[in-house]
Amino acid sequence: MDYYNLLTTCAFIHLLVSIPYAYSNYVENKAGQFFSSGHTNNWAVLVCTSRFWFNYRHVANTLSVYRSVKRLGIPDSHIVLMLADDMACNYRNPKPATVFSHKNMELNVYGDDVEVDYRGYEVTVENFLRVLTGRLPPSTPRSKRLLSDDRSNILIYLTGHGGNGFLKFQDSEEISNMELADAFEQMWQKRRYNELLFIIDTCQGASMYERFYSPNLMALASSQVGEDSLSHQPDLAIGVHLMDKYTFYLLEFLEEVHPASQANMNDLFKVCPQSQCVSTPGHRTDLFQRNPGSVLITDFFGSVLLHDMKQLVADVSSQKPKQKDWHPPDGFILGLWTLILLVFFQTYGIKHLKHIF
Amino acid sequence: LDSRLPLVIFLHALTPAAARDEFQEELVIRPLHSGDIYASFQFRTLWDTDFLQEGQKVSHYRLFPKSLGQVLSKFSVRELHISFSQGFWRTMQWGQPFIPSPPGAELWVWFHDTVSDVDGNWKELTNVLSGIFCASLNFIDLTNTVQPSASFKPLGLGNATDHRFLRYATLPREIVCTENLTPWKKLLPCGSKAGLAVLMKSEKLFHSSFHSQAVHIRPICQDEQCSSKAWELRQTLNVVFDLHTSGQGKKEWSLFKMFSRTLTEACPLASSSKVYVDITDNPELFELSPATPLLGQAVVLGDRRTYSVYDLSRAETFGQLRSFNLLLRDMLRPLLHAERYVAGFGLQTGEIHTVIYNNHPYRAFPVLLMDSVPWYLQLYIHTLTVTSKSRDNKPSYIHYQPAKDRHRPHLLEMLIQLPPHSMTEVTVQFERALLKWTEYTPDPNHGFYVGSSVVSALVPSMVAMRTNFTQDQPLFSSFVPVKEESSYFVRVYTEPLLVNLPTPDFSMPYNVICLTCTVVAVGYGSFYNLLTRTFQVDEPSPPLSKRLANLIRRIRGVPLLT
Repeated sequence: MDYYNLLTTCAFIHLLVSIPYAYSNYVENKAGQFFSSGHTNNWAVLVCTSRFWFNYRHVANTLSVYRSVKRLGIPDSHIVLMLADDMACNYRNPKPATVFSHKNMELNVYGDDVEVDYRGYEVTVENFLRVLTGRLPPSTPRSKRLLSDDRSNILIYLTGHGGNGFLKFQDSEEISNMELADAFEQMWQKRRYNELLFIIDTCQGASMYERFYSPNLMALASSQVGEDSLSHQPDLAIGVHLMDKYTFYLLEFLEEVHPASQANMNDLFKVCPQSQCVSTPGHRTDLFQRNPGSVLITDFFGSVLLHDMKQLVADVSSQKPKQKDWHPPDGFILGLWTLILLVFFQTYGIKHLKHIF
Repeated sequence: LDSRLPLVIFLHALTPAAARDEFQEELVIRPLHSGDIYASFQFRTLWDTDFLQEGQKVSHYRLFPKSLGQVLSKFSVRELHISFSQGFWRTMQWGQPFIPSPPGAELWVWFHDTVSDVDGNWKELTNVLSGIFCASLNFIDLTNTVQPSASFKPLGLGNATDHRFLRYATLPREIVCTENLTPWKKLLPCGSKAGLAVLMKSEKLFHSSFHSQAVHIRPICQDEQCSSKAWELRQTLNVVFDLHTSGQGKKEWSLFKMFSRTLTEACPLASSSKVYVDITDNPELFELSPATPLLGQAVVLGDRRTYSVYDLSRAETFGQLRSFNLLLRDMLRPLLHAERYVAGFGLQTGEIHTVIYNNHPYRAFPVLLMDSVPWYLQLYIHTLTVTSKSRDNKPSYIHYQPAKDRHRPHLLEMLIQLPPHSMTEVTVQFERALLKWTEYTPDPNHGFYVGSSVVSALVPSMVAMRTNFTQDQPLFSSFVPVKEESSYFVRVYTEPLLVNLPTPDFSMPYNVICLTCTVVAVGYGSFYNLLTRTFQVDEPSPPLSKRLANLIRRIRGVPLLT
């Protein structure tokens, strides 16, 4: 009798556990049939907010991200580049039409084929927010607009001088973290992005993503609240610091990435640990649907659209809302209670039912 | 093949006859007597089509860039001239440029008479051009646009009487860098892949004393009787390389040294592709290799000059231009020259002085001076004085449009007769305005720019100019139409001015708020506390040991400790 009951309970538990597997097979088949989530185009908004010659490094930061993004496939028509001052043709630049990222002048990140959409006095908080939300005057040309839709993956990179909760634009105005969070919420409401990666390289950069509340956002910052982001190395011929530490190591990491690379976001989080950067880089992924380990770098930095179908199916079936605490698999608690009841009736008999009901 | 032939002919007859278009490119190299070298590129596309025709939209573009063609038809533009320059053209050391341009950005446009809202078209046109050329041309608005009545007559066909259809604006602060050169190069039919445009590498072009790139579009006659008209697009790039920064102090110049590239082929879409080298001055003393038997002569800017011509469409031309070794004679001293500066002290008033030199030994001629001053420098026209040779010189035509605050700048145009071999000084006093604190730029202590003055004149020529029109004239001598034999048209730009305006202390609002809040908090706050605070006696809670003892005493029923 006992053995028979044990067998039935085992069979019952086995049945309960196998239900989720059957369900995921069903999901895989469904996903293989139509193309549901995932992005179809990539955009990038790269902003340097500092003016004056001694802030050369912020322009070099932005241009190095621009260069990587172009190299990995995003075209100029999908990049909105905003530089608050001109360093390349500045009269103080001993090598005109160049912006270098390395002190031996190895890498000219300005290049020969660059298109700056907003420059000089046009880089203001108002213009930045208008570009993000799409509320531009009707005569604005296409190259100055962010024409994204609900299947666009957008990369937003900001650099400059910042503090706890704000980022300074051109030494005369500021944008606060709440304004930025609201702008992203507007973008979400207007379905202007599928997923958004936000990278910021300023002092106390982590304060800028503290207030985000829209879904599908991932954020990286070069330093925590209370820490300063430091610059990398000065060049004695040019006379100023050429890059910031975080973006320097980010550029080094991105130079290894090619369009078919399988590097994912977990590798990006490891860029510039405290031993190299002195500040502690931070990141925020709780608003992001997918597991960062399954997000490719080229999903944001490149323009790779061809997906291997198997890879796509694997992505779809692993898409679950990411929760902070762990819940046991479905059906487990129900099975457990059934087991307890069965054992109870086994031991005490059916006449005790009236004590329960 | 026989069966397919009628099909081919049929299809050919079906397609509309495409309007003929033609592309020419040329490069002129002129060594300057200071050791610098001046290179001028001109690319011309001629297309006989009508953008402004009603009902028929142009849809097939071959050599003419589509972005500019669409701009012309959408905004009914008759002539468009836009230039971006870095540096200032030093007339006294370098002579006259083939195509003059002021520092910064300059845009002037003649609209067609059918346009009803010229200001609206102008605003949209500046925005579209800012997107095409990656420049901040959207800062051009009514506060820095003028309608000159006499200075900028059309350079192409068309009646020039109604200046309501002309708009002129300049942005002296605008910088030029690779991001402006890249879209400019993309407008060329061969891009930067073949022909003369392969020489345009930004690292060399911007490391120069003067760099200017421009686009000029105008309708012209194709022949003398003007039976057919065509649209002409000229893209010009002028650059002056400095002896010491680019030449390393040695007066040996080559294409490789100037541009870090050599020419490998002509643009296959070009009907003519030529390089001219100015050898007027002492041809025996410098060595020009490879040598060429082709020589050309042209009269330009009142001077007859001889050029060595290299035709790039002939395969035997290709080799590399090696070193020049030059000794230059004194060039023809420019006859017309202008300078401008700000005089005065302090941040309230000042004086603008414009000095125009006439270096002709015995001829006097009139010049048209155009000044466009922003509204925040308030000119006092009653203090305007024009003196030549320390005597008053009254202008024969004055057109003055006063400024309207935040709407319009000042426009002053004067026709002044310059006596021979003299210096004429035009002075006007101004007062600096205090702007609203949001109107200041993020770096107000840099100063505010005032665009260059323009001096336009017909200068008497020592050498007779050709007035008849031929198609095979070199491009650099055919830019400005010549009406008379005895004079040539020249336009001279002065320096832009940098003027400091009285700047407020932007940290004052913050200081005031801090101080007021502190005073209120300390003064009123403490007074309020004194009046409204009540005090209560509070016994301190006993320590843990006492509490434990009390607990035990309560259990035992014994009186408690205090």
